[in-house]
Amino acid sequence: MFYREAGDFKTSYEADSQTFPIKFDRYRFWAVLAVAYLVIPFIINDYWANAILVPFLIYTIAAIGLNILTGYCGQVSLGTGGFMAVGAYAMYKLMTAFPDVSVVIHVFLAGGITAVVGAAFGLPSLRIKGFYLAVATLAAQFFLVWLFNKVEWFYNYSASGQINAPERFVGGIAVTGPNTDAWAKYMICLVFVTVCAIVARNLTRGTVGRKWMAIRDMDIAAEIIGVNPLQAKLSAFAVSSFFIGISGALFFSVYLGAVEVGEAFGIQKSFLVLFMVIIGGLGSIFGSFAGAGFLVLLPVALKVIGVDLLGWPTDIVAHLQLVIIGALIMFFLIKEPHGLAQFWRIAKEKLRLWPFPY
Amino acid sequence: MKDSYVTPDGRTIGGVLMDMRGITLRFGGVEAIKDISFDIREGEIRAIIGPNGAGKSSMLNVISGFYHPQEGEVWFRGAKRPTMRPYDVARQGIARTFQNIALFEGMSVLDNVMCGRLTHMKTGIFSQALWHGAAQREEVENREAVERIIDFLEIQAIRKTPVGRLPYGLKKRVELARALAAEPKLLLLDEPMAGMNVEEKEDMSRFILDVNDEFGTTIALIEHDMGVVMDLSDRVVVMDYGRKIGDGTPDEVRGNQEVIDAYLGVAHD
Repeated sequence: MFYREAGDFKTSYEADSQTFPIKFDRYRFWAVLAVAYLVIPFIINDYWANAILVPFLIYTIAAIGLNILTGYCGQVSLGTGGFMAVGAYAMYKLMTAFPDVSVVIHVFLAGGITAVVGAAFGLPSLRIKGFYLAVATLAAQFFLVWLFNKVEWFYNYSASGQINAPERFVGGIAVTGPNTDAWAKYMICLVFVTVCAIVARNLTRGTVGRKWMAIRDMDIAAEIIGVNPLQAKLSAFAVSSFFIGISGALFFSVYLGAVEVGEAFGIQKSFLVLFMVIIGGLGSIFGSFAGAGFLVLLPVALKVIGVDLLGWPTDIVAHLQLVIIGALIMFFLIKEPHGLAQFWRIAKEKLRLWPFPY
Repeated sequence: MKDSYVTPDGRTIGGVLMDMRGITLRFGGVEAIKDISFDIREGEIRAIIGPNGAGKSSMLNVISGFYHPQEGEVWFRGAKRPTMRPYDVARQGIARTFQNIALFEGMSVLDNVMCGRLTHMKTGIFSQALWHGAAQREEVENREAVERIIDFLEIQAIRKTPVGRLPYGLKKRVELARALAAEPKLLLLDEPMAGMNVEEKEDMSRFILDVNDEFGTTIALIEHDMGVVMDLSDRVVVMDYGRKIGDGTPDEVRGNQEVIDAYLGVAHD
């Protein structure tokens, strides 16, 4: 029908390297953006925001971050939860230390702090690869959680050991704290997702992204064409941690409001984000959205179908969820390592030829 | 030897571009290269030949900075080169291809060739994050340079194809394109014709001659196909068991008794 690239000629290299080279894709992208910004904020309620949309947006940022590191640069990381905790605690310290500064700036600063920490924990990647690197980042995960539990300064010596997000406003509207409206939570996350996705896309289609992918595909050949592996790997760790830090800051301040580090940012979080990246698609920004959406929606969908419709006991449904995720991971790893994004790509390729495949 | 001369087919060969002086490379007790000296002159096609295990690839790896010789000096463009990592060597203007293709399989042909331009791209990570101004200008300028190479090697049709889907002969050509995109002073080719049929070999030979002719690129190549080597190259180095046993024009080398012995074997009595 309308999904055609025939006749859609590019006359400049700028036009050829844009994000959505096909006109129909471009229109659809603007349509999605318009719905996200102009329709959803007016119809959103607490349930939709807290159960689906806000966690989806925040996990998307984390998945974009991990995808840059693992999908684009080929460095496996199991430290995502730890780095999210760095973002959250940096956010907390900034919010309490500088209450007059806008939280938007705090979120970016929290991302910056996480980037520095991430780059430091990325140093072992220069010597070790693959499986062994995963174990090294696992150490980061446990160390960071231990650190935030152990050193009282990080939670301002509160008796509970928790951190609580104070109420903060952006343009007179509360975005953190208990009195925040659903649409405000949604909007602030949406803005950050948009910015992060655009930045990630710009980085991955340009020189920096090519360096990362060169390191991923063949590090020896990357070196011979002039890629400094130290720079490339550390920049991947830094950029990845920047996004993960932002997601951690939002997860704590906007979504949860109060956080106990071991519970919110434990090893399960690292695995969850890794599963999102694997299911969504390694090396694809769209895949980060797809993976986050899928894993946020799956438990909700299972609960609606299993408990509400079929009347199964809650614990059975909860266990079933683990089984399904496990099976899906194996399926994707064996059948389609590029995940949902690849299905999407194949569907598009077929659609381009439809209905006359020859 | 004169400083520069003109070949019978009318190309000008300049002064010494790269000079290897007394290179010795050991792996533990094994001497892969024993005290080898030779030079590569500006604008020439220099072949390195020898039986399997002679140390040819090791020699190329020394030039491109993967191996650091225990003894000897590498002189490039009139200056002694300190011990360097491969990416610094690339920045000096030395590009290479590999014996068994080393392309980035997950990327398109275009991205692979664009990778060859990395040493020419300078904008920082923050400018690129915004994809405006300097970063975009640089991308377009380099894209133009890359398109010239793509034209030159006749791979326009596969520009957007992922490299993993290409047949062997084309992959070799894409790898050459990636090396050329860097606009190197010295181009190292490790068995550019390996595993190709006659037609592909002819194509590749034509490309190598054209590169040398049009861009004036100095080329050092390793090749086993003697016909190709003798036709293409201006001078040939012959190696055997890590030693240099011959050096000169193809005709000189062909008549060298030691070279004939190394290739055909000698009777032991």
